Amino acid sequence: MIGRILAIARTEALIVRRNRWVFLATLIMLLFALALTFAGSAPTGTLGVDRLTVAVASMTTLSVYLAPLLALMMSFDSIAGEADRGSLALLLSYPAGRGEILAGKYVAHLSALAFAMIVGFGTAGAIAGATGGASPESVTALLRLIGTSILLGAVFLAFGYMLSGLAGSPAAAAGLSAALWLVFVVLYDLGLLGAVVVDSGGYFTQHIFPWVLAANPADAFRLWNMAASPDVALATGMAGVSASLPAWAAPVSLGFWLVAGFVLARMAFRRLEP
Amino acid sequence: MTDILSIDRATKRRGKQLTLDGVSLSLAAGERVALLGHNGAGKSTLMKLILGLTSLDGGEIRVGGTKPGSNAARLATAFLPEAVSFHKSLTGRDQLGLFARLAGVGMTPVADLLERVGLADAADRRIGTYSKGMRQRLGLAQVLLGKPAVALLDEPTSGLDPISRMELYAIIDELAAQGTAVLVASHALTEVEARTDRIAILRKGRLVANDTLASLSRRAELPTKLRIRARAGEADRIAADTGGQRVNGASVELLCTPEAKMDQLRRFAAMSDAVEDIEMTPPRLEDLYRYYAQEDAQ
Repeated sequence: MIGRILAIARTEALIVRRNRWVFLATLIMLLFALALTFAGSAPTGTLGVDRLTVAVASMTTLSVYLAPLLALMMSFDSIAGEADRGSLALLLSYPAGRGEILAGKYVAHLSALAFAMIVGFGTAGAIAGATGGASPESVTALLRLIGTSILLGAVFLAFGYMLSGLAGSPAAAAGLSAALWLVFVVLYDLGLLGAVVVDSGGYFTQHIFPWVLAANPADAFRLWNMAASPDVALATGMAGVSASLPAWAAPVSLGFWLVAGFVLARMAFRRLEP
Repeated sequence: MTDILSIDRATKRRGKQLTLDGVSLSLAAGERVALLGHNGAGKSTLMKLILGLTSLDGGEIRVGGTKPGSNAARLATAFLPEAVSFHKSLTGRDQLGLFARLAGVGMTPVADLLERVGLADAADRRIGTYSKGMRQRLGLAQVLLGKPAVALLDEPTSGLDPISRMELYAIIDELAAQGTAVLVASHALTEVEARTDRIAILRKGRLVANDTLASLSRRAELPTKLRIRARAGEADRIAADTGGQRVNGASVELLCTPEAKMDQLRRFAAMSDAVEDIEMTPPRLEDLYRYYAQEDAQ
């Protein structure tokens, strides 16, 4: 079983490498991380924290958008594309279970994503630290950012597989992925923002809003990084929300979505008849 | 003879429609069977059922004694999908290597198989640069992995040039010789005719024929066509005497049943003064196929 998962992972790794996916994802992460690190270095003095802390705060905001986007772009084609080419029926005629196929693709895509995150954030963080100072706290914050970004990517990879299994064609899978990204990363926050404005500091804002926010994996990622590092929370201006939630809320949300995403993807794939 | 593949009253529904209706078919080791039928007759559905890609609504299928879709059945079965395509970023060697690893035979046979299907030079080129025929041959190479007990080939000749078709049938013969039961779904009737041991015809989900070509033609009682070339000026007389049809001036065409064939031949042989030549055409697979697969037959 492990051998078959590795065989599929190896092939998928070849594909993402030849598609220049690893290269492009790493380049995008690196460029954005560097740009934000230096564009966002202005308020260092006023907040009284080192440059790496500010850089991590900026990169956290960046990762909320980029990690889900890169993950979905890598995964949306993985099942629908094979079904479309007719190679899925052939692959399934071999002794490789659907769970094994999914796991193999997951290993390859997650490795590619992790590589991009580590190189992109790692380089930007190292440069920020070298030029503007770092502390043990801010280094921990950087490592946490990298780890949670990979976890956030993992959640959206699973979502991508699910959509790929549900959609009848690669084009439909791409459309669904774009819609999913928009909902989780943009519209969800806008909706909550509207609700908070209407509520103007009432019961909803104080007691329900933080939990609803944490239920979204993208926001949970943001909260996790804020809650664990007061300095970063200060730099992003989200100190209020993260203080009103227990520390376990965000990790539990991300963990839940990771498992749920994989279960849903597995179910969507099981339904699919090539 | 033990059957390596046995299909017993297989039934499959799609909505209210019966895609397959009580189909029973068996293949012994080393047997080559052609599966014929119009588009939508149920050929591909039958193959998917044998592969365990879709579930039966009735009946039973056994591959080497095991259930379709089980690991043992998957290991025993090779499949060539119709017009297969692969990821364009992989090379032929990568793709075949994946299948070899999944089949548990390792990378050892990969180079030889690529050579066998004529892809040795293109082995390290990306599949995106392959022609349709080359992709089909790559698909064929994976059929040969690990000596399967059953090989299912769905329209294997589509997209192949005549030389490649010949090679394909040589490979099918090779598979059969090593004991693989080969089920070929095809539209290329004339090739199938010469290259298979038995012919099964599906019509609207029912198996309407399953026998050797000779038995099928005997049962269908399709007429043999005799074409008699007459000596100058004798054609009209022959046509009048025998009730045949005048064609292109000097010839007469006549249809006769298999039993009456010898009597007719003796009769013409006796008319040596008027007859120059006799040409005999037994019913071809095309005629048989039309007979069995068409709506109004039987």
